[in-house]
Amino acid sequence: MKSTMRVKAAAVALAVAGAFGAVHEVAAQSANEIFLPVLVYRTGAYAPNGIPWADGYVDYLKLVNARDGGVNGIKIAFEECETGYATDRGVECYERLKSKKPVIVNPLSTGITYALTDKVANDKIVLFTTGYGRADSVDGSVFAWNFPLLGSYWSAADMLVQHVKKKDKSLKGKKIALVYHDSPYGKEPIKLLEERARMEGYQLLLLPVTHPGVEQKATWLQIRQQRPDYVFLWGWGVMNSTSIKEAIAVSYPRLQMYGVWWSSAEPDVEPAEMASKGYNGIALGHSDEKDFPVHKDLLKHLYDKGQGTAKDKKDVGSVLYNRGMISAMLSIEAIKQAQSKYGKRVVTGEEVRWGAENLNLDAGKIKALGFGDMVQPLKTACNDHEGVRRGRVHTWDGKDWSYTSDWYEADMKILRPMIQASAKAYAAEKKITQRDCSKEK
Amino acid sequence: MIYRETGQFKTTYASDQQLFPILQDRIFVIGFLVFAFGVMPFIGSEYLFRAILIPFLILSLAAIGLNILVGYCGQVSLGTGAFMAIGAYSAYNLAVRVPDLNLVVVLLLAGVFATVVGVLFGIPSLRIKGFYLAVATLAAQFFVDWLFARVKWFTNDSSSGNVSAPPLEVFGYGIDTPAQRYLFVLAFVCVFALMARNLVRGAIGRSWMATRDMDVAAEVIGIRPMMAKLSAFAVSSFIVGVAGALWAFVYLGSWEPLAFDVNRSFQLLFMVIIGGLGSILGSFLGAAFIVILPLMLNQLPGWLGIPLSTAMISHIEFMVFGALIVFFLIVEPRGLARLWAIGKEKLRLWPFPH
Repeated sequence: MKSTMRVKAAAVALAVAGAFGAVHEVAAQSANEIFLPVLVYRTGAYAPNGIPWADGYVDYLKLVNARDGGVNGIKIAFEECETGYATDRGVECYERLKSKKPVIVNPLSTGITYALTDKVANDKIVLFTTGYGRADSVDGSVFAWNFPLLGSYWSAADMLVQHVKKKDKSLKGKKIALVYHDSPYGKEPIKLLEERARMEGYQLLLLPVTHPGVEQKATWLQIRQQRPDYVFLWGWGVMNSTSIKEAIAVSYPRLQMYGVWWSSAEPDVEPAEMASKGYNGIALGHSDEKDFPVHKDLLKHLYDKGQGTAKDKKDVGSVLYNRGMISAMLSIEAIKQAQSKYGKRVVTGEEVRWGAENLNLDAGKIKALGFGDMVQPLKTACNDHEGVRRGRVHTWDGKDWSYTSDWYEADMKILRPMIQASAKAYAAEKKITQRDCSKEK
Repeated sequence: MIYRETGQFKTTYASDQQLFPILQDRIFVIGFLVFAFGVMPFIGSEYLFRAILIPFLILSLAAIGLNILVGYCGQVSLGTGAFMAIGAYSAYNLAVRVPDLNLVVVLLLAGVFATVVGVLFGIPSLRIKGFYLAVATLAAQFFVDWLFARVKWFTNDSSSGNVSAPPLEVFGYGIDTPAQRYLFVLAFVCVFALMARNLVRGAIGRSWMATRDMDVAAEVIGIRPMMAKLSAFAVSSFIVGVAGALWAFVYLGSWEPLAFDVNRSFQLLFMVIIGGLGSILGSFLGAAFIVILPLMLNQLPGWLGIPLSTAMISHIEFMVFGALIVFFLIVEPRGLARLWAIGKEKLRLWPFPH
């Protein structure tokens, strides 16, 4: 009898919880707010990198509400959902928060981006992938709802190749190893690096590391045997710090290591402390700037009142915190742009899509927003959802990141045909009719 | 009182052998199906379909497949994820390379491919048992992971290794809305569950169970172990393969090999163990436990209005979920299906227990 009762009690509890949930979902929708879902990962193997990004993103949204009273008077509502960097949980989060009529989603995972790409067009939600996502989604004529703003992985790989080419004059006969996270994220740059290898004549070694990336002994033994001239690191989470530690163990010079912008932040280099000195990364236009007006505003409006999201106000201005903040800023600017055309009200996903496609942030405007030179002037268009593709190399000196190169710009002469070919193949597979960009305004 | 079969006389062999011999069970099951097919599509929300019911149904199907192998035939397998992957990628390749093929045919052929591979990896089971077999099937898991991550032909030279399903269409009807997708999956699951239920109580199922209980004794009474074991591998991988194809096409839409990694195999094995080894109902209960419970735990603080940080919610989810697994395994090691059966027994005596 007892166990039946228990089962029954459990069943009743679940049913009540279910009904409660339905009520809750309706109640959370508010007519006078714009909703942004925040897909984050604060637990698991990717948490060291996921946390600062999420803090930066949420803090900027809080700042907009606290300092400006929202976007043109419309408050921003947001809700976090933990994905753990897992694609299925990410999709579940997206579905869960969809009922609140979000306008922009920023999943912070290339795997989730792939899964959502099919869905966002139907649901009319803009998919921002700031510095990640599908490289071919730069072509907005096919990927109308995807915005890989500030730089795709192809741009990153291209700039890194440009940098090492500039150092060595020629890459003929050189060896470049790509140590990558064995997921859509890590595999994304391969196509471009192969294309570049054909042009420059270097040899490309592909060394995949399986999730979560704490086991890399075999990979680095291969590097010790092969002695590549450069190692490009495309890792995430604990994989990055493990890579750097393994590089130290096989005494591979850190000076010859270059991380993508997701593999060159404080959580990656700090575990190895001074030994990671000399490690480089391509910066997504920004590094660990801490003293711009936006940071001061964050401290003044949030942290001084005890409303900051990060545990410690020292974290404000770390590389990934800045990136989260910039991602949020771009989302807000897209909403503003939409409001400039459709009126200062709660805008819809479709209107924000137009706003994102017509973003035009020049240096003055970015400075006025308090971001100084952390964001390069960007201008999006129907056939360019990336906006800008410039970056420079920053190097870890044991305590701090500092810029060590001039600006590079990804070469669209190489990228454009690849993007178009890939987008076209996607359109054919999915039976999407390509938009005619010359007719878009 | 309500649940009592007094007065239900079985006068023919057919009525004695039917699937649900008790009238109340029949009414319940039919009523449930009418609800699932007739009412649910109209009242469910998009979230309910897309994030809860569709994954629950597809993983139930995979769990049924695995239960046939582990629960009925006693062959421990850690390669379920691999067989799902075979189903998913064969369906993808069929859909891409033979675009005119009907979706149902694609899904069934995907099951056939998984069957072939499943039987192949089932051959070691003729010589090895228990943990050793589990390790052998684990080899299948890693081999298949490697195959789909490295051999580009299978992913149609996709640059990121990520592939996506073409638009779904059956007999000219598009399967786009969440309710349509739900019905499509539900139909598959019902047909396969019925098939599995009938298989396990027939001659083949009995030969599986005999092999499971004691293979030497089974051999003595004339059951050929090779046939029994390989047929269990075949049927199991067929169902798992179809589930994999559905998982990829209907639920994920776009996927990478990571979707079918070793964690998926473990997840399915847990479903079967927690749900109840050797029970079709148990597969559904186990899937519900593993798929739905974590999502509920994750949202519970929000529903109750308790403000907790995202990280804290997720930690609590892991802890409570783990504790519940331990709890259920201690209370009823034979699974949720056994709890259900006990409940039914008690209900028969209610309100006058001995």
